[in-house]
Amino acid sequence: MRYILKPAVFFLCALPAVYLGYAVYLAFTGGENLLGPDPAQFLSLETGEWAIRLLIASLAITPLRYLLNMPTLFRFRRMIGLYAYFYVCLHLIVFLWFLLGWQWGSIGREIAERPYITIGFAAFVLLTPLAATSFNAAQRKLGRNWKTLHRLAYACAILAVLHVTWIVRSSYFDAVLYGGLVFVFMGYRVLRKYSGAVRGFTLIPR
Amino acid sequence: MLIKTRKEIPSSEITPESVYKDRRKFLRNSANVAVGAAAGGLLSPAAMAQSGDALFARAPADLNLATKPEWLVEKAANRTDAPASGPYNTDEELTPFEDVTTYNNFYEFGTGKGDPSSNASEFKIEPWTVEVAGECAKPGTYNLEDILGPHAFEERVYRMRCVEAWSMVIPWVGFSLGDLLKRFEPNGNANFVAFETLVDRDQMPAQRSRFATIDWPYQEGLRMDEAMHPLTIMATGLYDDILPAQNGAPLRLVVPWKYGFKNIKSIVKIEFTRGMPNNTWNDLQASEYGFYANVNPQVSHPRWSQATERRLPSSLFMPRRIETQMFNGYADEVASLYAGMDLRRNY
Repeated sequence: MRYILKPAVFFLCALPAVYLGYAVYLAFTGGENLLGPDPAQFLSLETGEWAIRLLIASLAITPLRYLLNMPTLFRFRRMIGLYAYFYVCLHLIVFLWFLLGWQWGSIGREIAERPYITIGFAAFVLLTPLAATSFNAAQRKLGRNWKTLHRLAYACAILAVLHVTWIVRSSYFDAVLYGGLVFVFMGYRVLRKYSGAVRGFTLIPR
Repeated sequence: MLIKTRKEIPSSEITPESVYKDRRKFLRNSANVAVGAAAGGLLSPAAMAQSGDALFARAPADLNLATKPEWLVEKAANRTDAPASGPYNTDEELTPFEDVTTYNNFYEFGTGKGDPSSNASEFKIEPWTVEVAGECAKPGTYNLEDILGPHAFEERVYRMRCVEAWSMVIPWVGFSLGDLLKRFEPNGNANFVAFETLVDRDQMPAQRSRFATIDWPYQEGLRMDEAMHPLTIMATGLYDDILPAQNGAPLRLVVPWKYGFKNIKSIVKIEFTRGMPNNTWNDLQASEYGFYANVNPQVSHPRWSQATERRLPSSLFMPRRIETQMFNGYADEVASLYAGMDLRRNY
């Protein structure tokens, strides 16, 4: 089981990227169009959706680990967090390449003038040191500071929710769902810190 | 001189309509099954509903109508062609039927671009009535046939520029809105004309949603001179057929020099008013969507630039990004309507 679960999660997280990569490959070779009439927009939406989902999933690990009394969940946290960063990078590349065509002038303007892009870009920048210090040696070297640094993940998630909310034209379903999840996971961590009752509470008893 | 005669197609080679339609259905279903299997667990249901429908965008499109009124189908089929030149036509490449009918906004059916074509099914356009009200001599409730019957349908090939910075070229079927409005004899107080979309929570799922920000019914309006302008049409079809449900069956507005959201769909009410009527997007976010909503590359939407647009269908590696034109390229015809107005303020 130990040796199956981790590769399985790895494979599942990779699936959307593999599928989208295949669709891009087909677009490049003139094959079947899996991306619809506005492919750049579609790719940008999909990579962004997966980035925020995985980012929130990484925040879910700690609360679930305590509530379900499953310490083994910790093994997936780094992988899911790194996948979130991977999809953020894809999202950024899709935006720069397919939506802005690497025109540096307009890239600078978009990041400076469009608040939702500024916020999204800020989330990317803040996530970068987290990804860069995710390996064991960095964790050891940073010691206590590592934990403090990696709390930035919550700030990134809030920025990501704002980014999603800001582009809404009519339905707030996604924004409410993602925002609600971040609020719950963050709330749990805060309550746990100050309340023994919360610390002692598990859904599945030891 | 050799004159080629057209070869007769043997009747054995003509596919009966029912078979042809079954085939389309079969293709669509098998495509769904295949994609569903391939994407199982890969795209969440939310992703499918939101934007994953692009996966199906290439499948043949459906009109999604419960019934197709014969008289209306015949009128659409008998439409006259658009003139070869002039503003009623364009030599730009047409956006394929399947893209026009599977990738669009119609918020009553959902917020994703594929939602209208997947969520509008068996849409009922029989019976259909339009209430005419306000400052006119002939208010009342009219049947669809009374509304459309007296008008000969023509083709109009127009650019359609969405406020989201994508655009299409669409061969509409329809007729001059002015000709329709004149029949109700608007009086001197009619400064504006307002329109409303159907409200039907059974048929339009987003009208049941708690997360939709739109206060139904969807409302739009035009200044009277805009409404009477010869470019403005009441559209009743696309290509050679009647309108699919997802594109606003059975009748919708098309004002080609304005952003797409002005083109209100599935109209059930027309009202002549003294004052400027409500329009839905302006109600929602006045700083972003004005009443006039004229296409204007110099005035950015607060969240994105309007200087360029993606002409659809676009491709990933050869994107069709083009410069947006003032009044969507209809400035010669309509700029005079706004003489002396500050278009930065009256966006």
